[in-house]
Amino acid sequence: MARLTMRIALVSALALSVAACSKKKPEELPPPPAATAPPTTTETPPPPPSTTVVPGSRADFLAQAGTDTIHFGTDLYDIDAESQAILSKQAQWLARYPNTAVTIEGHCDERGTREYNLALGERRANAAKNFLVNAGVAPSRLSVISYGKERPVATGSDEESWAQNRRAVTVVPQ
Amino acid sequence: MRLRPFRIFPKSASPSPSGERLGRGLSNCTCARGDTPPPAPPMEERGVSRAGAILAFFMAALGLSAPAAAQLEVDITGGIAQPMPIAIPGMPTPSVANTPAGDTASLGQRVAEVVTNDLKNSGLFNPLPKSALETVSHPQVTAPDYIFWTQSGAQALVQGFVQANGDGSLTVGCYLYDVLAKSELARQGFVVQPSQWRRAAHKCADTVYTRLTGEGPYFDSRVVYVSETGPKTNRTKRLAIMDQDGANHRFLTNGQTIVLTPRFAPNQQTITYMSYTNNRARVYVYDIGSGTQRLVVDQPNMTFAPRFSPDGRSIVFSMAIGGNTDIYRVAASGGAPQRLTTSPGIDTGASYSPDGSRIVFESDRSGTQQLYVMNADGSNQSRISFGSGRYGSAAWSPRGDLIAFTRIGGGFNVGIMGVDGSGEKILTNGWQDEGPSWSPNGRVIMFFRTGQGSGKADLWSVDLTGVNERPVPTPLDGSDPAWGPLLP
Repeated sequence: MARLTMRIALVSALALSVAACSKKKPEELPPPPAATAPPTTTETPPPPPSTTVVPGSRADFLAQAGTDTIHFGTDLYDIDAESQAILSKQAQWLARYPNTAVTIEGHCDERGTREYNLALGERRANAAKNFLVNAGVAPSRLSVISYGKERPVATGSDEESWAQNRRAVTVVPQ
Repeated sequence: MRLRPFRIFPKSASPSPSGERLGRGLSNCTCARGDTPPPAPPMEERGVSRAGAILAFFMAALGLSAPAAAQLEVDITGGIAQPMPIAIPGMPTPSVANTPAGDTASLGQRVAEVVTNDLKNSGLFNPLPKSALETVSHPQVTAPDYIFWTQSGAQALVQGFVQANGDGSLTVGCYLYDVLAKSELARQGFVVQPSQWRRAAHKCADTVYTRLTGEGPYFDSRVVYVSETGPKTNRTKRLAIMDQDGANHRFLTNGQTIVLTPRFAPNQQTITYMSYTNNRARVYVYDIGSGTQRLVVDQPNMTFAPRFSPDGRSIVFSMAIGGNTDIYRVAASGGAPQRLTTSPGIDTGASYSPDGSRIVFESDRSGTQQLYVMNADGSNQSRISFGSGRYGSAAWSPRGDLIAFTRIGGGFNVGIMGVDGSGEKILTNGWQDEGPSWSPNGRVIMFFRTGQGSGKADLWSVDLTGVNERPVPTPLDGSDPAWGPLLP
């Protein structure tokens, strides 16, 4: 009985405070919650100091080439200008470490049938491989594998997620 | 493994069926498709038409009485107006005996439940609820209480018995009656090990289904598929097999590597599929008996989309070389592959016609993914899909008359068309329905449906009417179903 009344009291207090709040400043927007959160998340994984990056490692590759990933349009496998710039940087890095062999993964969005996407992923990985070969990387250092739609990075069923998942990733050993 | 069907001699169904019925039953075991029920009796007082008339309606609705050439013209989207009311009471036992699968009295109830479930899931039957059934005594198995069943509203009646034999096996008897004509339509018995009691139940349901629809059986069959679990970005995928109704589920692989697109060999002792073993995407054959897998083609290139030929001697598959995917054929035992297509594009998803003479496949040689048919040696390639959208994952019906496919238009739908591309019908309408596989009789299609956003996939079945769509129960999520042939 005592507990019940206490709960009621609490609830009404809460209701009062809400009412009071909204009454005071109805026109005011809630404070942006992002103000404190994003800085902490960017702080948690700080870019490793350049002194600790092992030359020739994956971290080094990511730092030097900027990204390991290029993207494609729906059902496409052509290397556009943006991808060319990325792959050129990757090729420069690969030229510096001629003993490193890499795997190029081809991926697709979920809006294709499974087997067609396996073939399409292979096309994308090969398109990236061919660009790197033309940029001087020995083909023997480049293996390709297609994951079709089996390994998305973005989990939504929307255009933005699909665009992120249509990709080729150059995977340097750790 | 082969189930031994036999004619049920009434003495094995004793204690005391009438001598007259015994004599009739002997010649009545296998009922030909053309059998016609006895002439119609006067109209029943409740205005229920005779079972025979209902059956004729079913057959007309399914296009069964039409000659083969005309079947594609039947409007299979029309559906079945009214499933046939059927009674499947628990099956008695002549004497209760314990077996490793439970005692024969409870097995009799469970057999009836499996038969009920099969017939209900076909969409063509409406089994009476348990509350509308009466307990059947063993002597009544061959002498139905027609007065009761007539009043129950059932048009057809399935009765049977479960009997333990001296050698540890079970005999399951299965009898089908036309309630209003008061006549027996079929009887069949099965001798099984107790662990296989469900197979006897499926065989009984198949007996009923084939006799009443004129269609081939399909309940006693299995499915191999990919069991899925885990987050969308990193799904764990395992090969699993189960009965077509989801029972006797068993995992075959442990999920450490991605496995995709399994297909049974015709003898169902092996399964071909694609696996990422050793971080290479290639076609393997899994041996169910030994639990081992064997690489089919030792190539550096990706091999995928494998299917057995109907004689089990060959595997047709796809191989991607330098961005170009073509279809190849290789002996199931391995060896040098023979290239069947040469177009500069993606040719994949090959599926044999049931006679092994032709192959349907998908190709984007025209600019978009479309279906093509060619001879089994790769000659005479011609496009058959011309509707709007893209077409893939084709499966040739075991009856030979239809091709099931996935159509990608606004959404992903499963549909069917004639082998020349005519008579296209879309059967499903989920967010993403994909990967059709045919039941052994070519009347039901299993496929998988992936949810929007979640990426969760589940198995579903739909019949050729497109009306009877049902989820197929699996312990986890499921994709890539492949329905095996009817068990022997």
